[in-house]
Amino acid sequence: MEIPKSFLGFKRENGRVGTRNHVVILPVDDISNACAEAVANNIKGTFAIPHAYGRLQFGADLELFFDTMIGTGKNPNVAACVVIGIEPKWTKRIVEAIAKTGKPVEGFSIEGAGDIKTIMTASKKAQEFSQWASEKQREECPLSDLWISVKCGESDTTSGMAANPAVGNLMDKLEPLGVHLCFGETSELTGAEKVCATRGSTPEAQKKFMKTWSDYNDFILKEATNDLSESQPTAGNIAGGLTTIEEKAFGNFQKIGSRKFIDVLTPAEEPKKGPGLYFMDTSSAAGECLTLQAAAGFNIHLFPTGQGNIIGNAIEPVVKLTGNPSTAVNMKEHIDLDVSKILKREMNMDQAGDELINTTIRAASGRLTCAEVLGHKEFIMTKLFRSA
Amino acid sequence: MADTDIIIHDEKDNVGVVVIEKITSNQDCNCWIMENDKSVTIQSKNEIPLGHKIAMIDFKEGDTILKYGHDIGKVVKDIKKGEHVHVHNVKTKKW
Repeated sequence: MEIPKSFLGFKRENGRVGTRNHVVILPVDDISNACAEAVANNIKGTFAIPHAYGRLQFGADLELFFDTMIGTGKNPNVAACVVIGIEPKWTKRIVEAIAKTGKPVEGFSIEGAGDIKTIMTASKKAQEFSQWASEKQREECPLSDLWISVKCGESDTTSGMAANPAVGNLMDKLEPLGVHLCFGETSELTGAEKVCATRGSTPEAQKKFMKTWSDYNDFILKEATNDLSESQPTAGNIAGGLTTIEEKAFGNFQKIGSRKFIDVLTPAEEPKKGPGLYFMDTSSAAGECLTLQAAAGFNIHLFPTGQGNIIGNAIEPVVKLTGNPSTAVNMKEHIDLDVSKILKREMNMDQAGDELINTTIRAASGRLTCAEVLGHKEFIMTKLFRSA
Repeated sequence: MADTDIIIHDEKDNVGVVVIEKITSNQDCNCWIMENDKSVTIQSKNEIPLGHKIAMIDFKEGDTILKYGHDIGKVVKDIKKGEHVHVHNVKTKKW
């Protein structure tokens, strides 16, 4: 197949391109969720991203919180952003960082004003942003404007056989075109970590990967109170035939095809070494991993599943594919692409990769994904330790 | 081409994965090796569902299971060729 050269995206002020045109109402903290949701309810064409944190965090955990909030606002899938927090200081910090992209953003703090007055003033600004964003048009953009993140979930043995290598095939074909790519799931590479490290394109990248993996593994072993084989693999993985974390890891690893990663990113860190594949240090929980990848600036996500994970994301469209023929039928409304014919040898990996490229370009150009249509807007903060 | 019942990732692998709804006990199964496009056959000893593994050789306790050409765990209970391979007879070496 000749790979299409372009997709239809929204060009942003800073040169990045969005696959979506969201106007987001972003609460800074847990107690501002009600106000943000009231604004989103008032003003059509906007939505709130409620979450559970943002109070009394400190140190590295607080910095990751800011990186996640700021990165979410900066993501090119967000056209404009209203930020609402209880106190002015943290609200201002987030607003100022998002404003550097050149996109419309304004902050409101509730203390001293109360919910009702804040809802009114923030709603007026949200109305302005919503009507402004509604006039934005999609334009033809090169595929190199795609920043594709990947993560698999509710995996089974069909994941490693069909859906994950289909993603790998897409990576092999799109990386030479200048696309940014990102995989994560540090703990789920356990068992394949030494093989994965050899995929670092430089000795520095390899070393950084092994240190990142060892630190995460040490943390898991330190906190473990029972046999970890009960949570990794999960009960769903085991039902699907996956026996050990090593088997899951080698299946997971098929997602990067024969690519090499150029750098290791910290959670939510924006890639700065140009196009190519990056590894990000993330949890293997889908909600957390996708939220971090979206905060790093990735604008479309590919999610292979075996037994049928239903995850979406607040700002990144999630394209789901499966190689499991039962899941493709029984959970059809969640599956954007069925590659289960690979198991019957009625489809080869080259064809599966091509179909996935087409599905991805259609979704990037505006076709709603299953997760979007079904209302999945998961936004899950990675918390490094408890608050003060 | 006969229908494929079992897919084996790598020539070195000593387990295969069932890719039909299930295989019954004493079924003669066609296996396809992805890496080199070769075919082999095996007779099953148990009923094994879609996605689950079958032993391609006899295993003794302590042996290593190879899939994708790599070590994916250790045998904790003897397994006969054609039997179901899963959490009841294989454990991780990691945790």
